[in-house]
Amino acid sequence: MSSDLRELYQSVILDHNRRPRNFCKPECANRSAKGINPLCGDQLTVYLAIEDGVVKDVGFDGTGCAISTASASLMTQSIKGKKVEEVEHLFAGFHNMVTSNPQSRIRDEGLGKLSVFSGVREFPMRVKCATLAWHAMNEALRDTGKAATTE
Amino acid sequence: MTAAGESAQRTVAAQAPRSQRFDPVQARRDFPILQDRDLVFLDSAASAQKPQCVIDAIANCYSHEYANIHRGVYELSARATANFEATRKTAQRFIGAADDREIVFVRSTTEAINLVAATYGRQNVGSGDEVLITEMEHHSNIVPWQMLCEEKGAVLRVAPIDDRGALMLDEFERLLGPRTKIVAVTHISNALGTVNPVAEITQLAHAHGAAVVIDGAQAVPHHRVDVSELDCDFYAFSAHKVFGPTGVGVLYGKASLLESMPPYQGGGSMIETVSFEKSTYAQIPQRFEAGTPDIGGVAGFRAALDYLTDLGLDAIESYEQTLLDYATKSLAEIPGLRPIGTADKKAAVLSFTLEGVHPHDDGSILDHEGVAVRTGHHCAQPVMEHFGVPATVRASFALYNTTEDVDALVRALHVVRELFQ
Repeated sequence: MSSDLRELYQSVILDHNRRPRNFCKPECANRSAKGINPLCGDQLTVYLAIEDGVVKDVGFDGTGCAISTASASLMTQSIKGKKVEEVEHLFAGFHNMVTSNPQSRIRDEGLGKLSVFSGVREFPMRVKCATLAWHAMNEALRDTGKAATTE
Repeated sequence: MTAAGESAQRTVAAQAPRSQRFDPVQARRDFPILQDRDLVFLDSAASAQKPQCVIDAIANCYSHEYANIHRGVYELSARATANFEATRKTAQRFIGAADDREIVFVRSTTEAINLVAATYGRQNVGSGDEVLITEMEHHSNIVPWQMLCEEKGAVLRVAPIDDRGALMLDEFERLLGPRTKIVAVTHISNALGTVNPVAEITQLAHAHGAAVVIDGAQAVPHHRVDVSELDCDFYAFSAHKVFGPTGVGVLYGKASLLESMPPYQGGGSMIETVSFEKSTYAQIPQRFEAGTPDIGGVAGFRAALDYLTDLGLDAIESYEQTLLDYATKSLAEIPGLRPIGTADKKAAVLSFTLEGVHPHDDGSILDHEGVAVRTGHHCAQPVMEHFGVPATVRASFALYNTTEDVDALVRALHVVRELFQ
């Protein structure tokens, strides 16, 4: 098996796909938004509990591929307890990493565990999977009442 | 002489098949895209690859025989018109239509169905009437009827499929009634491969006075179709799925029905006379062909139909059935593989899911291993819902696929299993 395939499906990703964390609707959630990829049928909902500009709790549910499920799961872990501005900063960093040129140096500073998704940039067809939960979270954060759709 | 030259020289008489024994390895050589890379292409149900003769025919049209049709008095325009109309005759013979006026050129199967809904449908379906479809339809044979029913206050009825993906014919019959004006069914399901008993469906529908529209997009590349034998009222298919170019489709309609129908789009070519007070419309089929059509595409389409006639559709069908048997047995040996669509009568389409793996992940890994398959809902979300899956992996086979392609698919699926274990 080739290395870039192993790079895409790292054991952390496979583990979060099998046992997604925060796979629930937190009772105190006060915002939510859907993420839809009409091309592959992925659908998830991200729930946020925002208090005093801080993500007090976060969860998600729905169905999707390993990349989108693991991405949602790891996202919930990495934004819980963070200030809204920090979350926005994290989203920008994550987005930059998965959409950067495969030839360039990987920039994953400050992304922590999220850097397991750096292999996604080798698979442009999968960028939408990796960012679906983040786009939904962003809609929920801004409380737009809109769903995030990839198309 | 180039392949296009040869094709242009072919007489209008039907060609005798090249041989009764079909040779996929020889046929594969006709497709340049399969030569210039190591490609295991298992997505022909979405769109088929093109043989050299089709590519040459399009180039030949634009290089030597191109002008707008049905207009100029000059020789080149007359020749372009004759070529265009010759394709109509080729298409007529190819599907066994009684009259070449029954062949309407459109852009695609989707447009053909929309045309029927917007003309025959609007004319014949009223408030409280019913349109009957099946649960296995492609979105393009659902949404146009939904839109028509919404506009007219009519009711869309859906005949169910069983757990093997076959139409429940008794339920279908039960849903036919005095209010059923149109029955629209697919000949072969794109997501499941199920072959529908369209002759029987047509008989039943006619017994209740309903017109029958058949979506033949998946059938024509794999199966000899005779619309006169079927006795259906409309039959739609696309050139790009029969190894021809994109942008060309055919609507077959019985002449008596086409003649009674209002135009679809207004514009050039579809008129008889135009004044600001009133326009009168052309005879069929021009009445339904407003605007300049895809002249180059239609030239390529003729080459594609000639190519299939030359190979012999019966020989292709019997070859594809042996390939389907081989593939079905090979996939059955993969642990955790669930086939979706196991009807008795099937075309060479295999939809499936792998336990614990989302089809989208299958698709990426298979692609990485050089195997191109379709993953997703295949524009048939109700089918996905029936089987309780968000999506499937679909491997679809065509005349250029071989048992080696099946073996490559099996090897790649083992890579998926290894990765996801």
